[in-house]
Amino acid sequence: MSVLASVSITVNGQVVQALVEPRTSLADFLRNDLGLTGTHLGCEMGVCGACLVLLEDRAVHACLMYAVQAHGLGVETIEGLSERRAIADLQQAFHERNALQCGFCTPGVLVTAYELLSNGACPSRAEIRDALSGNYCRCTGYEAIVDAIGQVARGRAKVPNTPAGCKIGSDTDETVS
Amino acid sequence: MKARAFDYVRVSTIDDALAACARASGDFCYLAGGQSVVPSLSLRLQAPQLVIDISRIKEMRGIALIDGALRIGALTRHAEMLISPEIARHAPLLRLAAPHIAHPAIRNKGTIGGSIALADPAAEFPAVVLALDAELEIAGPDGRRRAKADGFFKGIYETGLEPGEILTAIIVPQFGENDRCAFDELARRHGDYALVGCAIQGRFAGNDVEAIRIAFLSAGPTQKRARNAEVVITGHRLSPKTIADAQSALELDLDPTEDEQTTATMRLHLARVLLGRVLGQFSCDSPRGGGRA
Amino acid sequence: MSLSPHKPDSPNALIGRSVARPNAKRLLAGRGRYVTDIQLPRMLHAAFVRSPYAHANIVSIDTSCAATMRGVCLVATGEDLAKLCKPWVGTLDHFAGMKSPPQLPLAVGKVVWAGQAVVAVVAGTRAQAEDAIEHVAIEFEELEPVIDIDAARAIDATLINPDLGSNVAFHAKIESGNVEDAFRDAAAVIEKAYLFGRHTAVTLEPRAIIADYDPTEERLTVHHSTQTPYQFQDLYSRHYGLREARVRVVAPDVGGSFGMKLHVYHEDMAVVGLSIMSGRPVKFVADRIESFVSDIHARDHRIKARIAVEADGIIRGMDVDDVTAVGPFSTYPRTSVVEGNQVVRLIGAPYRFRNYRANLDVVFQNKVQTSQYRAVGHPIAFAVTEALVDSAARKLGIDPFEMRRRNIVTQDMYPYTSPTGYKFERLSHEACLDKLHALMDYPRLRREQAEFRRRGIHRGIGIAMFVEITNPSPAFYGVGGARISAQDGAVVKVTPSGEVHCLISVGEHGQGTETIVGQIIAEQLGIPMDAVRVFTGDTDITPHGGANWACRGAGIGGETALQAGRALKRNLLAVAAIILQARLEDLDMRDGEVVDAATGIPRISLAEIARICYFRSDTLPRDVTPQLSVAHHYSPKGYPFAFTNGVQACHVEVDVETGFVKILKVWVVEDCGRIINPMLVEEQVRGGVVQGLGAAFFEECLYSDNGQLRNGSLADYLVPMAGEMPDIEIAHVETPTLDTELGAKGCGEAGTAAASAAAMNAVNDAIAPLGVSVSQIPMTPQRLLRVLGYA
Repeated sequence: MSVLASVSITVNGQVVQALVEPRTSLADFLRNDLGLTGTHLGCEMGVCGACLVLLEDRAVHACLMYAVQAHGLGVETIEGLSERRAIADLQQAFHERNALQCGFCTPGVLVTAYELLSNGACPSRAEIRDALSGNYCRCTGYEAIVDAIGQVARGRAKVPNTPAGCKIGSDTDETVS
Repeated sequence: MKARAFDYVRVSTIDDALAACARASGDFCYLAGGQSVVPSLSLRLQAPQLVIDISRIKEMRGIALIDGALRIGALTRHAEMLISPEIARHAPLLRLAAPHIAHPAIRNKGTIGGSIALADPAAEFPAVVLALDAELEIAGPDGRRRAKADGFFKGIYETGLEPGEILTAIIVPQFGENDRCAFDELARRHGDYALVGCAIQGRFAGNDVEAIRIAFLSAGPTQKRARNAEVVITGHRLSPKTIADAQSALELDLDPTEDEQTTATMRLHLARVLLGRVLGQFSCDSPRGGGRA
Repeated sequence: MSLSPHKPDSPNALIGRSVARPNAKRLLAGRGRYVTDIQLPRMLHAAFVRSPYAHANIVSIDTSCAATMRGVCLVATGEDLAKLCKPWVGTLDHFAGMKSPPQLPLAVGKVVWAGQAVVAVVAGTRAQAEDAIEHVAIEFEELEPVIDIDAARAIDATLINPDLGSNVAFHAKIESGNVEDAFRDAAAVIEKAYLFGRHTAVTLEPRAIIADYDPTEERLTVHHSTQTPYQFQDLYSRHYGLREARVRVVAPDVGGSFGMKLHVYHEDMAVVGLSIMSGRPVKFVADRIESFVSDIHARDHRIKARIAVEADGIIRGMDVDDVTAVGPFSTYPRTSVVEGNQVVRLIGAPYRFRNYRANLDVVFQNKVQTSQYRAVGHPIAFAVTEALVDSAARKLGIDPFEMRRRNIVTQDMYPYTSPTGYKFERLSHEACLDKLHALMDYPRLRREQAEFRRRGIHRGIGIAMFVEITNPSPAFYGVGGARISAQDGAVVKVTPSGEVHCLISVGEHGQGTETIVGQIIAEQLGIPMDAVRVFTGDTDITPHGGANWACRGAGIGGETALQAGRALKRNLLAVAAIILQARLEDLDMRDGEVVDAATGIPRISLAEIARICYFRSDTLPRDVTPQLSVAHHYSPKGYPFAFTNGVQACHVEVDVETGFVKILKVWVVEDCGRIINPMLVEEQVRGGVVQGLGAAFFEECLYSDNGQLRNGSLADYLVPMAGEMPDIEIAHVETPTLDTELGAKGCGEAGTAAASAAAMNAVNDAIAPLGVSVSQIPMTPQRLLRVLGYA
């Protein structure tokens, strides 16, 4: 038994103080101690992306850090992003495009999408696929996810849903000459 | 997959880290980005009694040009390599290699120092620092020292770091006017550990390659320079024949290992194909950094 | 009262529309409730000590140290649980002669695969349980492991189950027509050996279960990430001797299943016993490392096959030998022989040749059990069939499309019985082929391919037809003695405000069951979708049914909902007719109102009917007791299965120096009968295709010679990820089954059924100019380099 560590973490905008075992992962802390079960565990080794959360507004794997490491920092989960309506357009596009099935990967995928689009980027389909390279989805085959993210990027760029302005969706990887 | 219990201490200076290390009564490990350490603890592949969190040591952060060399703090995250103007200007090879490292969220947390200190034979940055002829700044119980990247990587997860030592910074010679670099790797999926990868940096004199350093990853028990291939190329222009000779020379240079993905023979074959392709991107005509970024 | 699918413009029409899934919003907000999320008061956590050996005797077990560790409440061995749990045997009567040994939750006396659970530790937290399992001492005596398929069948083979007398679990033979003659007189014969590696489901939510036994009422509640709660209610009740009505199985949100979450797992059975022993809720969530060594694996076939053709490409016959290895025993309760059985019965299914012979051997080996996983047997059957057809076409110089057109079962031949006994009501091979040809612009792709080849770029186009088994009747399991229902049940009830609840036995795992059931109910009752709430996955609430497997949700569950909705509509119209003093046949329901059927003029709202019936029944005639809740069951009675069909095409570029393959594009034309929700069908197909492409290029469980899984982590076992997967274009042909009013068949396995077949044909088309071919999946760079002569 190790010495419990005292942590103070700003989770979804609220300061949370707790005593934790140092070995408790941030994911387990969020899920078990705070009931923030939208952060999922799929592999516990940073490969599947189901546990992605924002640490100081950057996507990180909650399974690849201990809660003690987040002391003094800000963590935001799918619940926080949803409640402050930071990803409402993404959620709507995912819903309409059916870019999720079982939903287990979805919070992590949305965190990736949030970060990808956070700097006003207008990524191509290939860039969206590359950004999703750490998000495993067994259900959808990814295409609907790529579609939905692309649509939101175009929407945020206020570009009509045609390939002309923003290049999303216009590039197929098939270069035929 | 839960780690064994451990004690945890967070330090804010290198001296505090070394002091914590000195006080440790049993096994300990340093924790920086944690992207490799945490899973290995979760799998109970290692179970230190003490984890020393060095991720908030300010003096191990930052990228700065000092005396004609770029000092990259060991805690610099992979993602920073992609956006840092200093890196783009003075060490573009790091910029070329970084997108190949795992996935965006790993790059947000993983550090260059961690990657080099761990010395996973499939990691990108150890090969890059070999190609860059970098020096490694190390702090330990016996004081501070510098080590050349050449000779630092000794085997699978085995480096020149002594027990208790911390890699604090990477010192990279400034990128010169006639310098060029290239990087590529063959990975099954985006972000996977590569079947083989190759980092090149060199200097051109006109059309001739005046100097070149070629380093491979995933081509043996550790990242390794292809010195015979370098000799073949040095002083020559990159003709098909030179490239073919360099590819042949890899047989002497590399000691490919066998794993689930590929046999040693095929790994050597893939290294040759890759060398040809990366040399194709390494050209005096190319922008300062060739390769797929 | 007519079915609106035939007139999609009718006022109530919802069937056939791409309605977004109402329940997906919850998941998008992180408000899903998976078993992994559930915490019950006083809940404990289980972890298991697993066998490090593939085959060994257990000499001794010492749990004394673990039992005293912090947080540990219970340590149980195989013997402890054997006192509570009756053993199970994974055989079914309709697989004549099949054998399998009895199984128990934890190993007793002997372990038969590396990863088998031997000792259970129950503690306050999972971490504490993991701490304690490190302190359980087990002495093993290693036995010769049986790993290789040939070694398993050798005369002097070590027997995994000595009481069974051999390592062969099942043998079957099919002989139809005259195969010898067909091959003797053929213009060309092509013979090849095909290898299909083991892969596994890798649901993102691992297996998860919480068993909560309340000794005061002798009641067991199991929260279980499963496809088949009713099946498990039956099993937990029978094997633990509990009253069935006191066993409740709840499947809340399920994070992926794909056939993997309907088999009996030893840990799951153990957890029920551990809860009975401790009298407290016990949770077990397989971590990813445990998943790889304890979830079912699938496939693992070695097939020798040959095809005989005429000079004009007409297929004369096929001859197939399939050896498949299934693990140390047959899975319970569905067995491990269904896949092999479907492989040999589906081979050749799209084509009309009559001479067919197949030999199937299912053997035991010391690896984790294999069993049904998405598209059971189909990917193997069509990879073999379509590879043979392509090889023959290439040899004869016939275009792959043309080759198939010459051989398919055509419209004039239905109903058609295949040489293996499958009865096809009506399939649409011609229409699907034509549609695919246009969809992919086949002539353009071929021109482009030739152009690329001149530049040294090797692109390939592969076509693969498929037939899929859906809507299974009791012929699938029931006739073999399994207590697995082929029927479904629904309760549909009106709330006092005139909204509708539907409680149905088919479940929701993200495929959209609740949505399509809602569409069907709303359409029948002429009410808006958002006035229908669908409940699934709780044996205490929903009627008994088969739930989710073999693509039965839409076809059987959908028909159940349709008939239940109509029964409720009849009841509602009957009471409306009384209230309105109108003739029942003059009334209909639209937009939440009972209307005059001819004019559409509203007469009374559903809400008003409900108000009267529930609160002012005194105003109704004495002999009228309105039935505003309806319970209805439906069981398929016509064809034993509703077969679907389709055709896929895959376009790839092979890097012949590295063996890497870039998948450029996939096209699918599928016919799942009546389409209830096109968007959901298409997403099922896309997801299925990507699982098939995973198998084709990436996924394989690799074992060492001594039976250790060498790549049992998500870092080492390569699942398909976004960066490598192509866009997938889909088109439909609709041939409704006439066995039901709805006309829907399944679509969940169509994508997987032929994706790897099309991929293998595409790769072979790309490398054919080099005079080589590949006949093993996954097609890894190493394997491609080997056939390309680099090794």
